Amino acid sequence: MAPRTCVLCEKAKAILKRPKTGQQICKDCFFYVFETEVHNTITQSKLFSPGDRVAIGASGGKDSTVLAYVLKTLNERYNYGLNLFLLSIDEGITGYRDDSLETVKRNQQQYDMPLKILSYDELYGWTMDAIVSQVGRKNNCTFCGVFRRQALDRGAAQLNVDHIVTGHNADDIAETVLMNIMRGDIARLGRCTSICTQGEDTIKRSKPFKYAYEKEIVMYAYFKKLDYFSTECIYSPDAYRGHARTFLKDLEAARPSAIIDIIHSGEAFEVSEEVKAAQKAQQTCKRCGYMSSNDLCKACTLLEGLERGMATSGITDRARKKMDAEGPAPENLRTIPFFRPPTGQPAVAIEAPS
Amino acid sequence: MSLGIRIEFGGGLELLFCNEKKHKITIPVSVPKDNDTKVSSDSSKELKPADVNYLIHHLRDHLLKERVELFMENGTVRPGILVLINDTDWELEGEGDYQLKDNDEIVFISTLHGG
Repeated sequence: MAPRTCVLCEKAKAILKRPKTGQQICKDCFFYVFETEVHNTITQSKLFSPGDRVAIGASGGKDSTVLAYVLKTLNERYNYGLNLFLLSIDEGITGYRDDSLETVKRNQQQYDMPLKILSYDELYGWTMDAIVSQVGRKNNCTFCGVFRRQALDRGAAQLNVDHIVTGHNADDIAETVLMNIMRGDIARLGRCTSICTQGEDTIKRSKPFKYAYEKEIVMYAYFKKLDYFSTECIYSPDAYRGHARTFLKDLEAARPSAIIDIIHSGEAFEVSEEVKAAQKAQQTCKRCGYMSSNDLCKACTLLEGLERGMATSGITDRARKKMDAEGPAPENLRTIPFFRPPTGQPAVAIEAPS
Repeated sequence: MSLGIRIEFGGGLELLFCNEKKHKITIPVSVPKDNDTKVSSDSSKELKPADVNYLIHHLRDHLLKERVELFMENGTVRPGILVLINDTDWELEGEGDYQLKDNDEIVFISTLHGG
């Protein structure tokens, strides 16, 4: 087959077929359109203001590594005026997160950004290894998900940032749309396609890669030779998400626009006012001050269950009632430090790149 | 007559191949049309020039160490695995029908691992 020419510059050899458009483009044009599309997403959604302090949720994986690189590039190219930080959560998974954190530490040097690592162990007193040894592999993703969300907010508050950006890409969002439909979770379906979410007390969160295909993120990392880490979590992966993912990849193979089409479908659903009204009002957790829809936030409930040796109490109502029947939480129960939203000055020293 | 082919795995796919990213393999210039990689050369099977489809079967039969379902599905690589032929998206090179040349480099990258 004769080499194909880039349809954009009409000069160089095409190296990529874009899944979004079917266009055949060369390496330089690919870098340019990929970066420019992210820039357009950022400006059209008005994600940032000059002077914003922005933490990149960094796992060392492909998405967050490419996000850190592209944001640094765009911040310099278009003078966003952002102060960028890397924020990593150490879940305490031996042989998985310890390796990926080494990648993040290299990224800190390569991208010259300050890095903050916050561990489950220092925040909750439990590593995921310890949690799994108590709860087994069935529900451990529940603990990890709840703990990570809160840890990111707390890490961000310690860095005193205005904003957390994550590497969620178009494939991830399409997958979440599908899962919310399959679970009948209408309230989440209405929220999951938002590029930016902001609760009252929480720090703004957004997804600059909302419209970026996974294929292009991986190709970008490959052609830029970016340093990223890729291994599946050693604890049982989220099986339900796995099925949604396989289904989505099969759809994409048949018709590449499926991913963007599903995101558009998710955006087009109108969530009725009744559903929105049925959501509980947000308050703050009586124990740790984090935002919550109940007296106790989910992380405090899960932590109390772990501490009292009744780990499933945070997962099912029945187990919760059983724990409540055994009396109130003991006085000396380990709790999460009280949450204080950003105040103006960094609360902790952060590691500057050396 | 045989072809030397350079293989590289990335994105976690190397874990299925002895955790080695780079491999160098040799395959025949002409191979069975049905991609059978285990026949002797004097077999009476119909032949075709070696292509990427055959290469995928060869990797499965001779290099893959575990969990074939994470590498192949329906006679090709599993959806979500990107393939590059000499640093070009295989979708621009005819995908599995691309005819291999001596010293070609084929890269397989999984996109399925966590980010």
